[in-house]
Amino acid sequence: MHHSSATKGFVETDNTELPIGGRAPLVLNMHRFGEVTHQVCRVAESKPPLAWYVAFVICLGMLGFLGICVTYLFFTGVGVWGLNNPVMWAYDITNFVFWVGIGHAGTLISAILFLFRQKWRTGINRFAEAMTIFAVICAGLFPGIHVGRVWLAYWLFPLPNSMDMWPQFRSPLLWDVFAVGTYFTVSLVFWYIGMVPDLATLRDRAKGKFQQFAYGLAAIGWRGSMRHWHRYEVAYLLLAALATPLVLSVHSVVSFDFAVSQVPGWHTTIFPPYFVAGAIFSGFAMVVSLAVPARELFGLKDLITLRHLDNMNKIILLTGCMVGYAYSMEFFIAWYSGAMYEKFAFVNRAFGQYWWAYWIMVSCNVITPQLFWFKKVRTSVPLMFILSIFVNVGMWFERFVIIVTSLANDFLPTSWDQFVPTWVDIGTMVGAFGLFGALFLLFCRYLPMIAIAEVKAVMPEANPHAHAHGAHAHHGGPQEGHGGHGVPSGAMPAFRDPRSSEGQP
Amino acid sequence: MSTLTAPNVDAPSATPSGAPYGLMAEFRTPAEIMDAAKRVHAAGYRYWDCHVPFPVHGLDKAMGVQRTILPVLVFGAGATGALVGFCLQAFTNAASFSIWALVWVTGYPFLISGKPLMSVPAWIPVIFELTVLVAALATAGLMLLMNDLPRLSHPLLANNRFRRASDDRFFVVIEARDPKFLRSKTEAFLKSLGPSHVEVVEDR
Repeated sequence: MHHSSATKGFVETDNTELPIGGRAPLVLNMHRFGEVTHQVCRVAESKPPLAWYVAFVICLGMLGFLGICVTYLFFTGVGVWGLNNPVMWAYDITNFVFWVGIGHAGTLISAILFLFRQKWRTGINRFAEAMTIFAVICAGLFPGIHVGRVWLAYWLFPLPNSMDMWPQFRSPLLWDVFAVGTYFTVSLVFWYIGMVPDLATLRDRAKGKFQQFAYGLAAIGWRGSMRHWHRYEVAYLLLAALATPLVLSVHSVVSFDFAVSQVPGWHTTIFPPYFVAGAIFSGFAMVVSLAVPARELFGLKDLITLRHLDNMNKIILLTGCMVGYAYSMEFFIAWYSGAMYEKFAFVNRAFGQYWWAYWIMVSCNVITPQLFWFKKVRTSVPLMFILSIFVNVGMWFERFVIIVTSLANDFLPTSWDQFVPTWVDIGTMVGAFGLFGALFLLFCRYLPMIAIAEVKAVMPEANPHAHAHGAHAHHGGPQEGHGGHGVPSGAMPAFRDPRSSEGQP
Repeated sequence: MSTLTAPNVDAPSATPSGAPYGLMAEFRTPAEIMDAAKRVHAAGYRYWDCHVPFPVHGLDKAMGVQRTILPVLVFGAGATGALVGFCLQAFTNAASFSIWALVWVTGYPFLISGKPLMSVPAWIPVIFELTVLVAALATAGLMLLMNDLPRLSHPLLANNRFRRASDDRFFVVIEARDPKFLRSKTEAFLKSLGPSHVEVVEDR
């Protein structure tokens, strides 16, 4: 268990077993707060590995291609996409729903798991939140560029104007503007407020003048005052309590874009919960897809441990089952409703012209996560990475299937048509991944990737009522316990780390 | 002071006036700072604080910090957001009068999808989103405001040793403006708490 500092953070340790009479450690091989600080800050302070540069160049290339596609679109019109009548929404809204969904896992980790006092969230919440913000940026791109006359996109907002024209507030598309706008703003505020103490850490360690200035400005004068922390913790709890119903509302509102319409295959009441479950499912898969290479590259295996990944895979399994249930329930209701258009829409999905998309969706989203019943799969890093990619692919196809198959074959067979993507469609989709990747890589390089202060607070050493740790008890002898102080059961009063006897150098 | 200190972009160029900002004692563990905080609180100091790298559980109570009224203010902000959401939609989609909002604007009674003019159920999503938006912005804004942040400079941020307050050390700082502050006596008191180090923080 005792590693030299060179391998520290790079060696895989299985901490998924619960020790008898104790809690599984969330931080491995570290007993001092300074070690955590160093482990996280060194990523932002030193030159990144070669793989970072390679990935960054690739992402910039994809981002450049996005720029070309969008410019071409602006100068020519939405006809450059493969849209037709009746398929007037295809890749644009598929990508929009896909990216909004990705964002949901970040908020689930940062807000909902916080309210449920899941302490393991501290290892992954910061970069999951960053993922949320970058995903919502990608999501916002698509409705922004699909409006046709982009120079009039500000009509989405109720701005006073000389024509006395107002948005139509009974339309779900306008609800979307408010839902996604609020979601982005609140996520950004939550992320930034959570990061302020860690930016202060980077400021206090910064060597260069520019770093001192930049991190100093970003840390807005935070100095760890307990009086500040008191209000900060209350504010953090309030933000979590606000973000929880918000995140559930956002994908519900996104699903209203479809559910409120009359199109067979869209007009279903199951959509809001089904979309939220799918969003969390795809988002967690994306967190795993990002966490696996990130912890490998930056040596963060002691902080994003196998236990964190195991827990995330369990959530993927759970939400995967919910998504599978929703697929079967849709089919059941289509038959049970007795509505012939509804029945046709679903049979057509599975066996019509887009049958291959439907079966990609089912195999990736329903079958793949079932492998996570096996602990061997849940704790195998390469396997979970591959499976998480499958889930991402499957969830993209889910949105494609819902949107395109329903539109392509609606009420009148005479107006049926087929959607075939153009190179601009595909280029914009690929380019959005470049935008997301570039932002995420910049985040990994310059910002604290792990919530340093939060991780310290869940270390057993952070408990002020524990016995002083060996090397630190150099004065005044053993500390007397301050019993009866109302420590909640989660505050690890009886934690015994099996390695604590050998941990001190 | 030196180039190693945290950025201090608006610090006055004047040299320290002689009167210190306060006294600072450094501790190494959460248990030590908890004990020290209780004793400083019991000694009756008013202008003092603990500076810690993470919120030490129960330390605010030990210091005698009163619970913040932030939640009450945020409730008010949320209610305001809801009201704004309702009025915005009622005016723009169901009214025909004009109001002055920097410029004269007129409502438009939209009749659409067979819904009544005041179709509150269809307005719920936007009312909800604006409630959350205003409440969340108020939470963050008021928290910073009440904490006297953002701040570009502070005497503590110019202290080299204090930089470990965001790393692995725990500090008690008693300010010189405290009525009970007496440099020699306060220093002796801080030393009696068993810190690993005590030093004067210059005001600048």
